[in-house]
Amino acid sequence: MHVNVKYRMGKSRAFQGLIFFFAFIITAPLILIIIYIFREGITKINWDFLTKIPKPVGEEGGGIVNALVGSVLIVMAASVIAIPVGVLCGIYLSENKTGRLSYWSRLSVDVLQGVPSIVIGIVVYFWAVKPIGTFSALSGSFALAIMMLPILIRSTEETLKLIPFSLKEAGLALGLPYHRVILKVVVPCGISGILSGVMLSIARIAGETAPLLFTAFGNPYMSTNLRKPMQSLPLMIFNYATSPYDEWHNMAWGAALILLFTVLLLNIITKLTTRRWNVQL
Amino acid sequence: MSKVKSSTGQIRAESIFRRSLTGIGIAMVVLVFGLMVTLIIESVPSIKHLGIKYLWGRTWDPVNNVYGAFPFLLGTLLTSFLALIISIPFSFAIAVYLGEYNPKGWLSNFLKNTVELIAAVPSVIYGFWGLLVLVPLVRSMEMKFGILPYGIGIFTASLILAIMIIPYAASLGREMIRLVPSPLKEAAYSLGATRYEVIKNVVLPYTKSGLFAGILLSLGRALGETMAVTMVIGNTSMIPDSIFAPGNTMASVIANEFTEADHTIYLSALIELGLVLFVVTVIINMIGKRIIKRFTNE
Repeated sequence: MHVNVKYRMGKSRAFQGLIFFFAFIITAPLILIIIYIFREGITKINWDFLTKIPKPVGEEGGGIVNALVGSVLIVMAASVIAIPVGVLCGIYLSENKTGRLSYWSRLSVDVLQGVPSIVIGIVVYFWAVKPIGTFSALSGSFALAIMMLPILIRSTEETLKLIPFSLKEAGLALGLPYHRVILKVVVPCGISGILSGVMLSIARIAGETAPLLFTAFGNPYMSTNLRKPMQSLPLMIFNYATSPYDEWHNMAWGAALILLFTVLLLNIITKLTTRRWNVQL
Repeated sequence: MSKVKSSTGQIRAESIFRRSLTGIGIAMVVLVFGLMVTLIIESVPSIKHLGIKYLWGRTWDPVNNVYGAFPFLLGTLLTSFLALIISIPFSFAIAVYLGEYNPKGWLSNFLKNTVELIAAVPSVIYGFWGLLVLVPLVRSMEMKFGILPYGIGIFTASLILAIMIIPYAASLGREMIRLVPSPLKEAAYSLGATRYEVIKNVVLPYTKSGLFAGILLSLGRALGETMAVTMVIGNTSMIPDSIFAPGNTMASVIANEFTEADHTIYLSALIELGLVLFVVTVIINMIGKRIIKRFTNE
């Protein structure tokens, strides 16, 4: 250690500068994307854009109401499928910390979390599209529900682990049956943590495109029939963005703005309302 | 009498509840097992027809019924590792900044939330932005350097991927760096070490395996990412001759060709790609999670 102190201090200072630089430069892409999409998208959004269906290429005007309605319906159906299953599975895992079955289910949840979304799309195609013979919004919801599960299960499990055991004991000591202790004592105590998991999982799947490519498929017309192909915002953005037409790009910018702000808003609301839970996902 | 009746009702409800919990636990295992079995069954025609040499076949030509996955394997590896290399300095800097330099306060909160929002932006939006903003930028850069100015290609895809995977390694790295016991660091400070020396000689050796796990998990993300890559990589089945050439990844070729696949072997070859992707990402994720578990239990 014969290097002089000033040199070492300088080196430390330089390292600090480097760390600060690299850490904060990463905010640039996000801010750039938000500003760019806002600037391009805001001019396209008007009443017609929100209430009309798309017009054929070459005609002015038209809107994206079919994609908006489709996205809402598909995400709602996915939530209806996934939330009960996910919350119950989370309860199961938090109640059974050891044991062979719970080991394997926990492992399955871990595996599921890492499965690429396109692979889930393929498998759901064979489970729910091919046997029926038509693309359908419901099969898209099913694929998205599978993607929601890991987040729901993890957040429920981690939240319920934080509930003091004495609460459960008190309930059982009063002679309450097990299911009432869980559903009326433990779950209400952790409800805000569970809700944050629900919101996060919705935010995560609202922008998913890959699993919908072979399931919900997209539809240029208005449709509210869950058993038929349906348009959704991410699918529409993908199809329009990769098309060669300028009008379609413009519509995609408007749709991207709506999608981006919905997803970011969901995330921010979740963060603000559930700060005290501090659940690690 | 009625009290006794209602209590038997409660007992029945209780056993139904317990059984349905166990049932859901079993259902999760069945679901994941079913995913794997479906992929294997559906790729049997291609495995039978093409054998193991499918993996290093160099031509992918559905018109003549020739299928080789090598261009896509190469494309996937190139984009993922390039993205990883680009992202590491950033995610490391964020982890060190949030874990060591400035764990509290509004500035670190701001950075932490921004990084989390980066993970929240849908990938189709990254792809769209990349296609219309980043691609022209890369194209003009390529013109300056005298490379064929495609704009789209492996390099552009890696740039987008790098932004998308930074949050995963960064937030894990931050958790890991927080776990370094402060007596260790204090001991080093008291010996006169500078901050850089503490980070290099105490924090890094201690968190080495945890940081590695974070990188593995973000690699798992990068391998499976579909939409953003599909939109900017150029989608050709040729073997890319440089990192600026257009190419295709496993995920992007599935996204592009799945609904066009008109005969069994073609479809099955695509599913086999999905199977390879599934197996690789699952293995990488499992190793990463195992390391983290061991690290946090110590």
